[in-house]
Amino acid sequence: MAKGPYSDKVMDHFMNPRNMGEIEDADGVGEVGNPACGDVMKLYLKIEGDKIVDAKFKTFGCGAAIASSSMTTELIKGKTIDEALRISNEAVTEALGGLPPAKQHCSVLAEEALKVALEDYKKKKEQG
Amino acid sequence: MDRIYLDHASTTPVDRQVLDAMLPYFIEQFGNPSSALIEEGGMPNKAIDEARNKVAKLVNAEKEEIIFTGSATESNNLAIKGLALANKDKGKKILISDIEHYSVMNQADFLRKFGFEVDFIKVDNYGIVDLEDLKNKLTDNTILVSVMHANLEIGTIEPIEEIALFLMERGVLLHSDGTGTCGRIPVDVKNLGVDTMTISPHQFYGPKGVAALYMKRGTKLISFIQGGSQEMGYRAGTENVPGIVGFGEAARIAMEEMDERVEGLTRLSRRLWDGLASSIEYIHFTGHPTKRLPGHTSFWIEFVEGESLLLWLNLNGIASASGSACASNMMAVDETGLRASHVLTAVGVPPEICSGSISFSLGKDNKTEEVEHVLSVIPGIVKRLMGMSPLYEKARKSGISMGKEV
Repeated sequence: MAKGPYSDKVMDHFMNPRNMGEIEDADGVGEVGNPACGDVMKLYLKIEGDKIVDAKFKTFGCGAAIASSSMTTELIKGKTIDEALRISNEAVTEALGGLPPAKQHCSVLAEEALKVALEDYKKKKEQG
Repeated sequence: MDRIYLDHASTTPVDRQVLDAMLPYFIEQFGNPSSALIEEGGMPNKAIDEARNKVAKLVNAEKEEIIFTGSATESNNLAIKGLALANKDKGKKILISDIEHYSVMNQADFLRKFGFEVDFIKVDNYGIVDLEDLKNKLTDNTILVSVMHANLEIGTIEPIEEIALFLMERGVLLHSDGTGTCGRIPVDVKNLGVDTMTISPHQFYGPKGVAALYMKRGTKLISFIQGGSQEMGYRAGTENVPGIVGFGEAARIAMEEMDERVEGLTRLSRRLWDGLASSIEYIHFTGHPTKRLPGHTSFWIEFVEGESLLLWLNLNGIASASGSACASNMMAVDETGLRASHVLTAVGVPPEICSGSISFSLGKDNKTEEVEHVLSVIPGIVKRLMGMSPLYEKARKSGISMGKEV
C-alpha cells in the first residue's frame, strides 16, 4: 500500500489513528513541540495504581508525527509506569516499521510527550 | 474517478504530439548533430535548428539568442555565473530576489567565494518585488539583478518590465527565471527587457532533461562548461536531440493553444478558489489575487499541517504540493531537522503557518468535474485534521486563533 517514503504501518496509523482524542479527567497530560517546528503533540494518560489504563492523543503535525503518537499510545496502554518510561523513540520507530531520516524527530517528540505526561502525573500525585 | 493531477507547477506530462515528434530521434535519426556533413548527423542538426526557431518564436527572440541546456537549473547557473564572471570588471555586486528558486538562491555562497557581494531584495506580502528595496540596495558596483518572472509556489507574477526599465537606465543586467511563465502565458523577451531568461519545456508538456537560456544579442557571458563548440560555445556537450526536438514541438503547440489554455485555467482556478473560500473556515490564500499564474491556487489553513493534508488528498486520488517543511524536505535533514519554505517566509507567513500551505496548479487537461471533486472532498479532510489538532482545541477554548481572533 505504501508508495511514498512511509511504511505500510506508518500509513495505517496515519489513516486509522488509534486512541485519538482527549481524556477529560486525565491523570497526566504532556504537551510538547512547537508549531513553528511543524509538530505539536498532546498526550493524555489515565493511570490506576501504577498501570496506564488509558492513553489518548491529539497531534498537529505530519504523517510521521500522527503515526508516532498513535503507536506510542498503543505501546503504553496496559504497561506500568516504569515499563512505559523504558519505551524509547527507537522502539516507536521500530514498531512503525521505520521512519525516513528526516522524520526521526517525530518519534523523539512522542517519547518526550510520554515523559512529560508521566512527570505531570507524578507532580499531581505529590500535590495530592 | 481516476487520479486528479493538480501539481503542474512541479511538472507536466509530455504531450502525445511532442512524444511522437521526439521518437524518431532515438533510433532512426540517432546521428550526432556535430557530424552534420554526413546524412546521419545532418537531419538531427536540421531538427535542432528548427526547434531553436520554434523556441525563439515562443518568447519573441531571435534564433541565435537561444542556447539549449540540460535543465532550468543549468540555465539559471549559466546566466548568473556567466554574467557575473563576464562583467566583473564593471562591479561585483549582485542582487537576487528573496523568492527565487534554489537554483538561483544557492549560487550566492559560490559567488561570495569568488569575491562577489550578494544581497537579497525583499518582496511584499503578495510576493511582489519591493522596488524601493531594490533601489536602496542598488549601488554603482551592482552589475546584475535576478528576479523570477513568476513564483511557482505562490503563483505571483513579477513586474519584470518595470524592473528592467529601471535597471536598463542604470546599465545593470537583468536575469529572469521564466520557468513558471514561458509556455504558460504569453512571454515577449523584447517587451520585458530582460538580458537573459530561463525557459523550461517540462513546465508546458515538453520533456525533462532539456531547457534553454534566452540571451539578448550582444550580452557578455562566460560559459562554465568547456568542451566542444556546441551551442555557439556557450554549452559544450553533445546535444540531447530528442529532448530539443520535443522542446520545439511543445513550444509550437503552446503558442497555438495559449489563449485557450489560459482561458480554461483561469476559469477553473477561479471556481476552485471561490469554492475553497466558501467551504473552508480559517483558509488564507497566498500570492497576488490577480497578478498570478492562470490555474494556480495556493493557501494555508489554520490548525492544519500541510503534509497531512497533502497525504490525505493523495489518498483521495488528488496530487497537490505543499510548502510544508515536512513535505518539501522529506528526505533531507538540515541543522534544525526541518526548514520552512523560504518563499512563504519571505512573504511574511510565520513559520507555524508555513507548515500548513498547499498549492493546486491545474493543467490544460483538468476538467470541471475534477475541481468539483476536490471541493467535495477537502472540507471533510480539513475537519478531520482540525479535530485532531491540539492547536484547534486550544484556540476554541481561548478564542484566539493562529494570529487572529476566532
